[in-house]
Amino acid sequence: MATTTAPPEKPVKVVEPGSGTGSRTTRLLGLACLVGVAVLMVFAFALTEADLVQQDVVRMIYIHVPSAIAGYTGFVITAIASVMVLWKKSMWWDIVAVAGAEIGLLFTGLMLATGVIWGRPTWNTWWEWGDVRLMTALMLFLVYVGYLAYRRVVPSADVRARRSAIIALVGVINVPIVNRSVEWWASRTLHQQSSLSDGKLEDLTLFTLAMGFVVFAMVFAWMLIHRFRIGWLELQADTVGLQAAMAERRAQMEADIDDAVAHPGVSEPIEGGSA
Amino acid sequence: MTHLGYLIAGWGIVLGAMAIYAFSLARRGRELSARVPSDRQRWMTTPERVDAGGPNR
Repeated sequence: MATTTAPPEKPVKVVEPGSGTGSRTTRLLGLACLVGVAVLMVFAFALTEADLVQQDVVRMIYIHVPSAIAGYTGFVITAIASVMVLWKKSMWWDIVAVAGAEIGLLFTGLMLATGVIWGRPTWNTWWEWGDVRLMTALMLFLVYVGYLAYRRVVPSADVRARRSAIIALVGVINVPIVNRSVEWWASRTLHQQSSLSDGKLEDLTLFTLAMGFVVFAMVFAWMLIHRFRIGWLELQADTVGLQAAMAERRAQMEADIDDAVAHPGVSEPIEGGSA
Repeated sequence: MTHLGYLIAGWGIVLGAMAIYAFSLARRGRELSARVPSDRQRWMTTPERVDAGGPNR
């Protein structure tokens, strides 16, 4: 008679309360981000050469351009997730959408900040209101500020998800406009045309910029994972809170019924009634 | 090095903002995970603990 042995049970990882949204993968990714930022700084400040025209301030390129691309990526992720929200009616995708928008907004804000700081020594001005690149980028930033603000004022999760998905889909139209504005309206911007497409960057500068893209992509991924998990936990916390309130109400009703059965002739006096 | 002030400001703002946001994410995650039972922390558990349910994709 053949005997069968049960397969060994897989170890189950127990999550300690309050242990946070980290996991082994995200901790490794976080460590890689820290190392990547350190290596990027070495390349940006020690190994690459200054520009003949812009001198050392050109080293802003290693954070400004990756910030812009990370910002665009966040909004594109939000747009894709918003399509899925409207199509699948899924809260999972709504959490992805808000995570992409929040992180996209962070990086777009950093793109604007570094652009302003870079512009002062290069163009002799902090800000130019008639500049199409600056204005379209500012508009992109403000649309997603509005997106996140709107989400805070709508209490119904379904309505919030649906309407904010529409805002995100309208807002993402601005991404290619911001990106191509320096080509489409070249006479109406101080901004230089794309440094990547015109092939002006030297080898090590190009390599360091590529490294900037990789490092920012890792930081972006780390943030997106954690922000998604926070959204997931918020949803679970709301569900747990609702279930606890319902259980408490049910227990109260059962106690009232038991009390009424135990004391059938006793009823609570009606306040203000003449009885 | 020329334009040192601009470089410190630009790089400082970027690295500082990223660090502050990362710490705020970690703090929010710790607070929320303390309020949610471990069997519902789907994304922090191994797949065999995932059957706690939740919104479908």
